[in-house]
Amino acid sequence: MAGIVAWGSYIPRYRIKVEDIAAAHGGDAEQIKLGLGITEKSVPGIDEDTATIAVEAARRALKSSKLSPKEIGAVYIGSESHPYAVKPTGTIVGTAIGLSNDYTTADFEFACKAGTAAMQVAAAWARSGMADYVIAGGADTAQAAPGDPLEYTAAAGGAVFIIGEENVVAEINQTLSFTSDTPDFWRRKEQKYPGHGGAFTGEPAYYRHITEATKMLMKDVGTKPEDYDYAVFHQPNGKFPARVAKLLGFTEEQIAPGMVVRKIGNTYSGSSLLGLAAVLDIAKPGQRILLTSYGSGAGSDSFDLIVTGRIADRQTKSVESQINDKVYISYPKYLKNTGKLA
Amino acid sequence: MAVPKIWRKIPEYYNLIGRQCPECKELYFPVRDVCKKCGCLEMTDYKFEGKGQIVTFTITRTPISDPEGENTEIPARDVPYAVAVIKLEEGPMLTAEIVDCNFEDIEIGKNVEVVFRKIMEHGAKGVIQYGYKFRLC
Ligand SMILES: [Zn+2]
Repeated sequence: MAGIVAWGSYIPRYRIKVEDIAAAHGGDAEQIKLGLGITEKSVPGIDEDTATIAVEAARRALKSSKLSPKEIGAVYIGSESHPYAVKPTGTIVGTAIGLSNDYTTADFEFACKAGTAAMQVAAAWARSGMADYVIAGGADTAQAAPGDPLEYTAAAGGAVFIIGEENVVAEINQTLSFTSDTPDFWRRKEQKYPGHGGAFTGEPAYYRHITEATKMLMKDVGTKPEDYDYAVFHQPNGKFPARVAKLLGFTEEQIAPGMVVRKIGNTYSGSSLLGLAAVLDIAKPGQRILLTSYGSGAGSDSFDLIVTGRIADRQTKSVESQINDKVYISYPKYLKNTGKLA
Repeated sequence: MAVPKIWRKIPEYYNLIGRQCPECKELYFPVRDVCKKCGCLEMTDYKFEGKGQIVTFTITRTPISDPEGENTEIPARDVPYAVAVIKLEEGPMLTAEIVDCNFEDIEIGKNVEVVFRKIMEHGAKGVIQYGYKFRLC
C-alpha cells in the first residue's frame, strides 16, 4: 500500500506579532487575536520564495528517507505563489536536491490544497508502479494587500513528503476529494493580491467542502471521529479548523498537535501539510490520522493515514523546533521582506 | 549575468559543487580546471557539505546607489546586509551573505550552515538566480 516514506518541513525564521500589524492599521490587537485564534505569523526573508522553501523541505525529506536521489521518479510541488508563471518550480527543486535528469515534474495549483492534490497524484504513481518514490508537497509565500484582514494570517512555509510503496511510515489507507465551482477566493492573472468573498469564504466554501470530504472518507473506510488519534484540517486561521472539528465530532485533543496556525499563521499550500508534519513528528505506531485540506475555488482532499512501526526512525520534532526558532521583525521590515516596499 | 552563464553555474550555486584534484587531493571552491598545487588538469567534481565557520564579516549599510535605476541585476537582499568569509569544514573559503539573524549576533568563529536562497533577480521580467547563502546554526 502506498504511503508516506519520509517528510521534511520548512518555516522561515522571521515572525511578526499581531500587535505590530494591528498598530500599523489602528486595529485592536487583543480582539483580532481572539477573533482569528493566532498570535503571530511567519514571514519569508526577502530572498525566500516558494522554490527556496520547497527546496529546504525536500532536502530534509530526502535526507531523512536515506534514499538515493536516483530512486525519485517525480517531483510535484503545489503552490499559489510559484515564482514563475512559466517555468516549473519542480525543475529548481529537482536540481537543488541532487536529482539527475531522469525524473518528471509539473507544478500544481489549487489555492491552499495544491499540496494535497500533488500527494494524491504521487500516491497514484507509487501504487501503479510508475515510480518507486515520488516527492510531493506544498509551499507558499502567501500574499495579502496591506490593510486587508488576510494580512494578519498570510504566512510562509511548506512541507514535502516522499511517497512510495516500500519503507512506509504512514500508510495512505484511502484518499478522496469533494470538489465544486465555488468562487470564494481567487487571484486573477497578473494580479499581485487575491480577492475574496469575505464571509462567503466560510459556510458554502471552507465548512461545506471539509465536512463533505471528511464524511465521505469516514463512510468509505467505515470509521468514526473517535477512531482517530489525530485530525488535521486546513488552517486559514485558528478559528475555522477548531469549529469544523467540533461540527464533525472531533475533540480539541485530536486537533491540538497539528494546529500550527496559532504560532505561524496560514501558510496556504503548506498549511494542513505542516500540521500533518507536526503530527508525524510525534505519532506512534498503529495510530490513525485524518487529514482534510481545503482549497478555494473550491475543493477538499481527505486522507485516512495509519502509522507504521518505522515512524520512530524519521522523527526529529522538526516542526516544533522551527516554530520556536524565530527572529521578530517590525512592520516596515515585514513590508520590505514581502515586496510591498521597493 | 547572461542566462547561459547563470545556467553553467547552477551546480556551484545550488549544491556547492567544487573540484578535487585526483592527484594531490586538494579541494577547490569555486570550480577550478587546473590544480594550483600540482598542475593536474583532470579535476573531478566534489560536493561540499555546507557547514563552516565565520572567518571575518562586514555589514554594508550604504551600498553603491543606482539613482537612475539602470542596474537590472537586483540582488535579493535588504539593506543593511551582512557578508562573511566562511571557511568550509572541508577547507576551502568562500564569500557569502549571512541571513536570518539580528546582525548583533554575528561573530567571528560562529558556526554557519548553507541555505538555498534567491541571489539575484534580473529585473521583474528576467530570470531568478538561486544559490547559496549561510545562516548561524
Ligand atoms: Zn593537485
